[in-house]
Amino acid sequence: MFNAKTLEKYKPLDNKMYQVMDNEGKVILKDWHPNLSPEQVKQAYQDLLFERTVDNMAVSYQRQGRMFTYPPNLGQEAIHIAAGMVIKEEDWFVPAFRELGAWLAKGVQLWEIFLYFKGSEDGSRFVGANRMLPVSVPIASQLLHAVGLAYAMKYKKEASVAFGFVGDGGTSEGDFHEALNFAAVWDVPVVFVVQNNQFAISVPLKMQTRSQNLAVKGIAYDVPSILVDGNDFFAMHDVMSFARDFVLSNNRPLLIEAKTYRKGAHTTSDDPTRYRTKAEEEDWEQRDPAKRLQQYLIKNKLWDPAVEEELIKSYKQKIDAEFEKAENYHAYPIEDVFGYLYKEMPMELKRQLNNYQNYLNNGGAK
Amino acid sequence: MKVMNMVQAINDAMDIMLNEDRGVVVYGEDVGVEGGVFRVTEGLQLKYGADRVFDSPLAESGIAGTALGMAVAGMKPIIEMQFDGFVFPAMNQIISHIARFRNRTRGKFSAPVVIRIPYGGGINALEHHSESPEAYFGHTPGLKVVIPSTPYDAKGLLIAAIEDPDPVVYLEPKRIYRAIKQEVPEEKFSIPIGKARVLNTGEHITVIAYGAMIREVQKAMVKAKEKGISVELIDLRTIWPIDRDTIRESVQKTGRVLIVTEAPQSYGPAAELMSIVNEEAFLSLEAPPTRLTGFDTVIPLPLGEKHYMLSPERIFYEIEKLIKY
Repeated sequence: MFNAKTLEKYKPLDNKMYQVMDNEGKVILKDWHPNLSPEQVKQAYQDLLFERTVDNMAVSYQRQGRMFTYPPNLGQEAIHIAAGMVIKEEDWFVPAFRELGAWLAKGVQLWEIFLYFKGSEDGSRFVGANRMLPVSVPIASQLLHAVGLAYAMKYKKEASVAFGFVGDGGTSEGDFHEALNFAAVWDVPVVFVVQNNQFAISVPLKMQTRSQNLAVKGIAYDVPSILVDGNDFFAMHDVMSFARDFVLSNNRPLLIEAKTYRKGAHTTSDDPTRYRTKAEEEDWEQRDPAKRLQQYLIKNKLWDPAVEEELIKSYKQKIDAEFEKAENYHAYPIEDVFGYLYKEMPMELKRQLNNYQNYLNNGGAK
Repeated sequence: MKVMNMVQAINDAMDIMLNEDRGVVVYGEDVGVEGGVFRVTEGLQLKYGADRVFDSPLAESGIAGTALGMAVAGMKPIIEMQFDGFVFPAMNQIISHIARFRNRTRGKFSAPVVIRIPYGGGINALEHHSESPEAYFGHTPGLKVVIPSTPYDAKGLLIAAIEDPDPVVYLEPKRIYRAIKQEVPEEKFSIPIGKARVLNTGEHITVIAYGAMIREVQKAMVKAKEKGISVELIDLRTIWPIDRDTIRESVQKTGRVLIVTEAPQSYGPAAELMSIVNEEAFLSLEAPPTRLTGFDTVIPLPLGEKHYMLSPERIFYEIEKLIKY
């Protein structure tokens, strides 16, 4: 369990990283016991496998020309599954774009995610997910939204937390620093999660900062900060659970740096062989989050890896069905280009829409 | 009715809305204890408390980005950018998020933030304190942009902006903050966004202007009247969406149009207005639609500012030229 004492012990300035398991799934933390039932841990592993399978399928759909650019999550799933278990329905989830497992846990439908990356805003409607913000492309800008949401929750006296996600590159952006500072000065319940996957597209962390780790960036703002092994599901879950309780009961922000590795490309348009070595990839492979959680389960006689093949097969069927739903989604109506900019369409947009429709009605080509 | 200047009228509008709706909050740099560098928010913190009217850290992107979060959660933030030239760090939040949130989420969420910005020159200020950035906002899909020219309009337009379901950039012509006093109703009222107002009906020429330029045009009109020129003056009031109907009706009647803006010329609001005149009233034109704008230069520091700012004499000169065309 991660508690206030642990927070004292794991000081980012000492570069101490919170870790529960080693690379072989063996618990290395003294007197540690899971605060999840065996069933929950098994489910977490299955969710992780599901996320990984979605990713593999998504990349292949893209390769088949059935989807546009897609950012894979491969290697970072433990963060997402742990976050998804901790973020409650009443909490605000403010994503960047690489948090697939947590999105699904929040109630986003897989077909919506596919639809978005196939190129439709309708994929950001999130019909079944409450308090879930859409993809934010301008890096780190979304963290300020999380702070504003947290202000509103405190103002309305709602017991609700805002979770804001960002990557390692995002910590160089001004908005990251403004968000930490505003949150600290305003004393609002927000959890910042930095997924440090070592690369901002092609730029390695050492070109990004001279800080010894990213968690130290919170210290000067008086934001309690934790460096955690993001490939260690239990460490991640401990820290996320603690963070939610901490920010709610203290009305102040907290920063988590989850150290991980993006095993895949930045997006399907990227080629990582241009900027990283095989040796480095192999080194990180030892720390793969799926492998570690699987080994834990096997060691504790909770899992038979022989079932995985069938399991993944069934996942694939489910994922294909979701993808077909996105593929069969209705065509993009002209009105939808104009219809959502304002609550009521202003005359000027009506005029432009009308001109376009007249052109089409007179046989004009799109 | 109560005699108010523009500062008082804007303050009064916020006062009414803070009182009416607990979701309304006002924040920015120095807006709390200080009451704003122009005293526009004076007394509001005392009246409504420091959780509703407050100073934020000094970071414009932070102000705009957090306002989006509050608005998405159902609040109604009114944020102040201290000066026109200080809004640029917030442009990413305004253009990339506040303006687009409704569209991005297909109407599930929206960010109806009111962004107040004192703007324009003529106050002997430092660099970055005299800009006219309205074209950037008018060019951004998803925003509405309004500019009052009188205390009455300032109150009515701000209340409309606060009640609007979409984000509104509300530019305050700071040069006339205290220059005009007029009777303004004490009760709540609003002026529709998207509607221009004909301030003076005339026969020979239409002049379109807004903000602080209205007063300058009115001074030029005194001379025009002496020369027997009858000017129809349109106060645009809303920079986007533009009221085409009022422009069309006027220019079809007069056949001549002069557009007066303090903003630099190229790709500016005057260019947009001229296009509208051409689209709507081309066959009625008896002279080329003409614009009198700021230069495509940086607005000079105070000792050079008089060369940039549009005087009533220059406005009259252009009016007369068009009449004689």
